[in-house]
Amino acid sequence: MSAAAAGWLQAGLLVLALALVHRPLGDWMARAFTTDPAEGPKSRFWPQGHWRVERLVYRAVGVDADAEQRWPTYLRSVLAFSLVSVLFLYGLQRLQSLLPLDNGMAGVEPGSAWNTAVSFVTNTNWQGYSGESTMGHLVQMAGLAVQNFVSAAVGIAVAVALVRGFARSGTDRLGNFWVDVTRAITRVLLPLATVAAVVLVLGGVVQNLSSGTEATTLAGATQFLPGGPVASQEAIKELGTNGGGFYNANSAHPFEGPSAWVSLFQVFLLLVIPFSLPRTFGRMVGDRRQGLAIVGVMAGLATASLALTNWAQARAGGAALQLAGAATEGQEVRFGGPLSALFGTATTLTSTGAVNSMHDSYTPTGGLLVMANMMLGEVAPGGVGSGLYGMLVLAVVAVFVAGLMVGRTPEYLGKKLGRREMTLASLYVLVTPVLVLTGTAVAVTTDTGLGSLLNSGSHGLSEVLYAFTSASNNNGSAFAGLSANTPFYNTALGLAMAFGRFLPMVLVVALAGRLAAQGRAPVTAGTLPTHQPLFVGLLGAVVLVVVGLTYFPALALGPLAEALA
Amino acid sequence: MTTALDRRPVSAAPTEPRPSASIEWGPAMAGAVRKLDPRGLVRQPVVFVVWVGSVFSTVLAITDPSVFGWLIAGWLWLTVLSANAAEAVAEGRGKAQADTLRKARQTTVAYLLDGSEVPAADLRPGMRVVVVAGQVIPGDGEVVEGIASVDESAITGESAPVIRESGGDRSAVTGGTTVLSDRIVVEITSKPGETFVDRMIALVEGASRQRTPNEIALNILLSSLTIVFLVVVITLQPLAIYSGAEQSLTTLIALVVCLIPTTIGALLSAIGIAGMDRLVQRNVLAMSGRAVEAAGDVNTLLLDKTGTITLGNRQASEFVAVGDYSDDEVADAAQLASLADETPEGRSIVVLAKERYGLRGRDDLPGAEFVPFTAQTRMSGVDLPDGRQLRKGAAGAVLAWVRSLGGSVPPEVGDVVDGISAAGGTPLLLASASADGARVLGVIHLKDVVKAGMAERFAELRRMGIRTVMITGDNERTARAIAAEAGIDDVLAEATPEDKLALIQREQSGGRLVAMTGDGTNDAPALAQADVGVAMNTGTTAAKEAGNMVDLDSDPTKLIEIVEIGKQLLITRGSLTTFSIANDLAKYFAILPAMFAGVFPGLDALNVMRLSSPESAILSAVVFNALIIVALVPLALRGVKYRPASASAMLRRNLAVYGVGGVVLPFVGIKLIDLLVSLIPGIA
Repeated sequence: MSAAAAGWLQAGLLVLALALVHRPLGDWMARAFTTDPAEGPKSRFWPQGHWRVERLVYRAVGVDADAEQRWPTYLRSVLAFSLVSVLFLYGLQRLQSLLPLDNGMAGVEPGSAWNTAVSFVTNTNWQGYSGESTMGHLVQMAGLAVQNFVSAAVGIAVAVALVRGFARSGTDRLGNFWVDVTRAITRVLLPLATVAAVVLVLGGVVQNLSSGTEATTLAGATQFLPGGPVASQEAIKELGTNGGGFYNANSAHPFEGPSAWVSLFQVFLLLVIPFSLPRTFGRMVGDRRQGLAIVGVMAGLATASLALTNWAQARAGGAALQLAGAATEGQEVRFGGPLSALFGTATTLTSTGAVNSMHDSYTPTGGLLVMANMMLGEVAPGGVGSGLYGMLVLAVVAVFVAGLMVGRTPEYLGKKLGRREMTLASLYVLVTPVLVLTGTAVAVTTDTGLGSLLNSGSHGLSEVLYAFTSASNNNGSAFAGLSANTPFYNTALGLAMAFGRFLPMVLVVALAGRLAAQGRAPVTAGTLPTHQPLFVGLLGAVVLVVVGLTYFPALALGPLAEALA
Repeated sequence: MTTALDRRPVSAAPTEPRPSASIEWGPAMAGAVRKLDPRGLVRQPVVFVVWVGSVFSTVLAITDPSVFGWLIAGWLWLTVLSANAAEAVAEGRGKAQADTLRKARQTTVAYLLDGSEVPAADLRPGMRVVVVAGQVIPGDGEVVEGIASVDESAITGESAPVIRESGGDRSAVTGGTTVLSDRIVVEITSKPGETFVDRMIALVEGASRQRTPNEIALNILLSSLTIVFLVVVITLQPLAIYSGAEQSLTTLIALVVCLIPTTIGALLSAIGIAGMDRLVQRNVLAMSGRAVEAAGDVNTLLLDKTGTITLGNRQASEFVAVGDYSDDEVADAAQLASLADETPEGRSIVVLAKERYGLRGRDDLPGAEFVPFTAQTRMSGVDLPDGRQLRKGAAGAVLAWVRSLGGSVPPEVGDVVDGISAAGGTPLLLASASADGARVLGVIHLKDVVKAGMAERFAELRRMGIRTVMITGDNERTARAIAAEAGIDDVLAEATPEDKLALIQREQSGGRLVAMTGDGTNDAPALAQADVGVAMNTGTTAAKEAGNMVDLDSDPTKLIEIVEIGKQLLITRGSLTTFSIANDLAKYFAILPAMFAGVFPGLDALNVMRLSSPESAILSAVVFNALIIVALVPLALRGVKYRPASASAMLRRNLAVYGVGGVVLPFVGIKLIDLLVSLIPGIA
């Protein structure tokens, strides 16, 4: 079988698996997050009460799980929880040499510790350090792996709050953040991660608490084989669209990605929750077609991106590469180019950032595409939670313009989009481009920023642009070729990650509060239908034009200049 | 310039907007230059950014002169001027009308009850003034004494005089109108400077124009896009310097102006003013722009039956004979009984007899004595010279008359009467009395006649997703029958003002927006509660105060047009926004290769339009950007064509025209401009 045919087969298999799983998983999540007896179908399964283990958590944290929060309280909970997480993770890294299970690692130096703490709490998992030579098992397990769960859960909670904003009317209550986060972990992430970890172990991913093994190779040299709790972290790394690898080489490391099917399974894991959440959205707002439309936009953009990347990689210039069938440098050559393209596309379209190939080595067009995937705001399907709320905010913008064209004050799911709603949505659209472009501009005008470049010219610019795009969008993948573990990049990228994560969240929760407080306008023949193919196409166009066009000039000087050279 | 008077239709028949007047660019350009004051421009962030860019590029052109620099600076100023001119044109349309109104206001003096004379400007609410024939009423008020015919053409454009009298629903008078006959005493109700005419002047001039909620929301989105593109261009320079392709400030300014949504930003305020003007052209005054937008959102229309859905009067539709009489005999008798009846119902009986039964009108009936309708007898008719007496009237009255003369009533009469009532009609009994006794001859079926074309209008409204509810004092059965004939969705029968208010509140609690018309004082609470309340100009002051629009023609059918104008306003905004944003793609393809192909020759592949030189490409994009504003001014003023259709059909159409068109048109336009611009020495 040719590599291309295998690639299409893999993609087809993936689509099939996602199509099968997204319905039950989406419905399950809808049920898990329906806490108000007034919502959801009237059956004995809706809503569900607290589980015993959850009650223990609530008691330990000291929250009243049955009290719902207004949006400012919900938001304060999000921010306070994240701040505490950053401080805890920072402390843990700094003090790891004094704590057990340090594997002999020294305390992490402040710049890197700050960057890593922010990185994992913001679900970015940008890694300026090399995992196996910096972090001991305790930091990996109690720090990083824990954040892999909770940062994903926070994303889901914020998305659920926005969905409730659409689903509810005439109330100032958005639900309870602590309940949402806890349930996201106990009912969604933990069970799925457990199953996934077992599958990964079966697939050959290592899972132990060893400090590593000295081995003598056939050639007689000694080689150090680092071990650790890899499979368990790998599962949540993908499932929570985190992306922070146990090893520096991430999923390209044979202990993380031992075989083609494990690699494909990882792609499935990182896509499964983001592609299921629209179904949850549809269920919670009581109109499954709305969820289908959102997932349609996501799938359309993802498919187009994957097809383009495969095309770009396959038509790589040069006789040798054409003989090999495609670009091969930096690809996961064990499994063929298309699986690299699939992994690279999936990881940048979600906020994962795990890699099984080096994006830096993609053809210029391929590199442009993985960068553009992130620039779209990671909404196709995006990170767990963040993808859904990002797409819903863009849907608000699309509905606003399209709604005017049908001669009504725009309304989405019966919610009028007035001055306040549009202020919040407009600011949301503003945040990431400003962070990415300002960061890049500062980096290329300062000596300290330029000092980290390993390449010059367009490719060097691409590396910096990629780094800030990745950080601001909380992706975490790196283009490589940039020595980012410097005070400048640790600080600047850390700020980009923090602002790129929490400013949008502030706006989204505030928007949710506004929407929930509104009544609901009835649907008539004069209402803009938001479940039809026409709207799906329109929303896709808004994503490309309103968000994508912003980066055109920067891309032109970076990867595009390189591609057209 | 046309005057306010000849712009107005002279009859109260459904108004046609005047054909769109040609745009007078001369005065508009003067206004555009006056509007260059940055303090005023700050209200329009997009235009303000272009203004700042123009100032900078001019300074650059002076300090570092070049043909390119001057051309860019010049065209940027033209861009700002186009935006200002669009607004000035829109405002200019109301100016003439305002001037006429102002004249009516200034020439007024008032005479108090004691005969003393005071300027109208000194009148205070509660003062009473006397107005006699030939005098102008000095201020808004209520007639407290007397009755007069009043010429309200200064306000309404309607030349036929109207009656104003104390008490009841016809007591409100408007300052600036003229008393034609008799003498009335008016109690002033408005403060000076806040009269109806003052508000009209402010409205038609656009001076008091408050930006509407949706306009503000759109402005926020546009501002945000402007900020994004400012950041894009400001951060582009460091990237360009890094790449060894540093750009001149002029080029960067040109790029910003091309990318920010100038088209919609420049036309936004003109669209709003023109939308209000379209209402004024139809003789509707909206007291707030908010109400115009709300009109586009209306889900439920409450329509009064009489005058809106049906013609004001019932008409005879058939003659039903009872006993052994023939229809022809009944028709003949009915005609005789109605010859002198000047009521519309009476005339319609004569017309029906002529058209259906070929009975010509008999003008002179020597010796016949006509019996007029009185409230006591509730009958009218004729006493013929041969001694026959013919009477027609309400069933109860005629039956009593027949019985009192010892006549008998055939049992089928009751069935016929009930049948007509059930069908929504009004039965009139026709009876005769002569020497040989009194008897019932037959029944005249009077029927509400649904106005022509209303069923189609309501079908259109249904397609637009608007529910219609008919309000009537008739009983449920009658109301349902008429509603079914007219194609109305629902009825509120035997409606009291309280019922109306309750219905509006019920609709609103379901999230629906309600529009209604009204004129009486007891309509005021409902008018105030409705999202769009259109008061008839003939109505009471209370009604006019409560509503948020006044229809000077007092034509309740106009509610439908108001809804369409509201929708058209929003559609125009949305379509031009889409167009404006879609334009950016072509501009990128023009400007980016021009900026960077020198350093990265490969980027010339983006120059899909094959523009002749970098300078020409940038200049062409800037020129296109300015010209497109001018080209779209007529559309902004006229509004995007509105056809009633479902939302998805409308979206599909407007997306195809303004979205796809917005992507394609600039590619063509910029290329054409480039062909011309490249002829300029120093550019090619």
